[in-house]
Amino acid sequence: MEQFVELFSNVANFTWQQLLMIAIGAALIYLAIKKEMEPTLLLPMGFGAILVNLPFVNTEAIETLFNAGIATELFPLLLFIGIGAMIDFGPLLSNPKMFLFGAAAQFGIFFTFIMARLIGFTLQDAGSIAIIGAADGPTSIYLANYFKSNYQGPIMVAAYSYMALVPIIQPPVIKLLTSKKERCIRMPYSPGAVSGTTRVLFPIFVTVVSGTIAPKSAELIGFLMFGNLIRECGVLGSLSETAQKSLANLVTLLLGISVAFKMKAELFITAETLAIIALGLVAFIFDTAGGVLFAKFLNLFLKNKINPMIGAAGISAFPMASRVVHKLGQQEDNQNFLLMHAAGANVSGQIASVIAGGLMITLIEAML
Amino acid sequence: MFILNAMKFAWSPETLLPSLLLTLKGMIGIFAVILVIWVFVAILNKVTGKKEK
Repeated sequence: MEQFVELFSNVANFTWQQLLMIAIGAALIYLAIKKEMEPTLLLPMGFGAILVNLPFVNTEAIETLFNAGIATELFPLLLFIGIGAMIDFGPLLSNPKMFLFGAAAQFGIFFTFIMARLIGFTLQDAGSIAIIGAADGPTSIYLANYFKSNYQGPIMVAAYSYMALVPIIQPPVIKLLTSKKERCIRMPYSPGAVSGTTRVLFPIFVTVVSGTIAPKSAELIGFLMFGNLIRECGVLGSLSETAQKSLANLVTLLLGISVAFKMKAELFITAETLAIIALGLVAFIFDTAGGVLFAKFLNLFLKNKINPMIGAAGISAFPMASRVVHKLGQQEDNQNFLLMHAAGANVSGQIASVIAGGLMITLIEAML
Repeated sequence: MFILNAMKFAWSPETLLPSLLLTLKGMIGIFAVILVIWVFVAILNKVTGKKEK
């Protein structure tokens, strides 16, 4: 009998913080399965959070995965090859003025940086937190790890959770900043033809320019564009398919559970985590606002007005942001088709968010 | 302020100016890179578009 009781003695070793983390892990799994919110990442993260918060649990394997894949920055970079292979830059290349919205919608990153610094986060932590606004998981992981931030767990949870919440976060911000008349602006879609040469030269050129101007973004943008070059070159169909499916799936599978290593109660249950979650929301709101207000600013000078909601699609969360904009447009006028314009701005956001990450590293290092 | 104290944070208004400067540099940097890419794509579309015709 005593031996039987001994089996359960570890139950008494649970702390309330560990139990809270297990509840958070369960909530992430619930959101992944029931609400289909970024299930590929929230589910492994949720399960990992439960696993690493058991009392006296041996986390050597997860730590090894973390050190091999995240501390070395390999997982986010490998994932970028897959993402690059998945992205069709066609809507952007055929309508290149959409590039501007990708840039404008990075404003939330810098606004959040200001806020994080004002409440006392260090330069490195503020930069890592601000990049949640990149709406781009691998970039957030890359930066948080680059700066050796103590808040990698909360940053990653916030980054992926808010990406999944884009359809909830963006509409009220867009509606607040635009009139019904503006939301009804129609934008005829008459894309120019995009040649195969343009599609092949584009990833190479973006890598060279971004890597030259913001060298710290060279790896991130380089891996993203490498994946895209594989897709567009026309002679590596099998590799492209592998990058889009097998590679992306495998890395995603390991990424989520590796991140959980930083979700131990003692690292996660802090007041700073609450602040990071709040700042992540600020980042997404001001990204959206930056894009919308920039479009409204451009409209002051344009004869053919842009539907300002397109600006909101400039955040990197692909394809959620473009779908949100298209859906809002259809709600106001069911004959208004904004999807392709929004998709152009959306993939531009993918590039701009990585550039923002590289610039953030460069600028913060210059201040240290 | 109470909340900040409770959360062990320090209100740091002295960081505002350098942060604003970083924001300005960052946004200019992003727009500069994006504009260069835009111009390149526009030229490429023109040149290769003509060729295809």
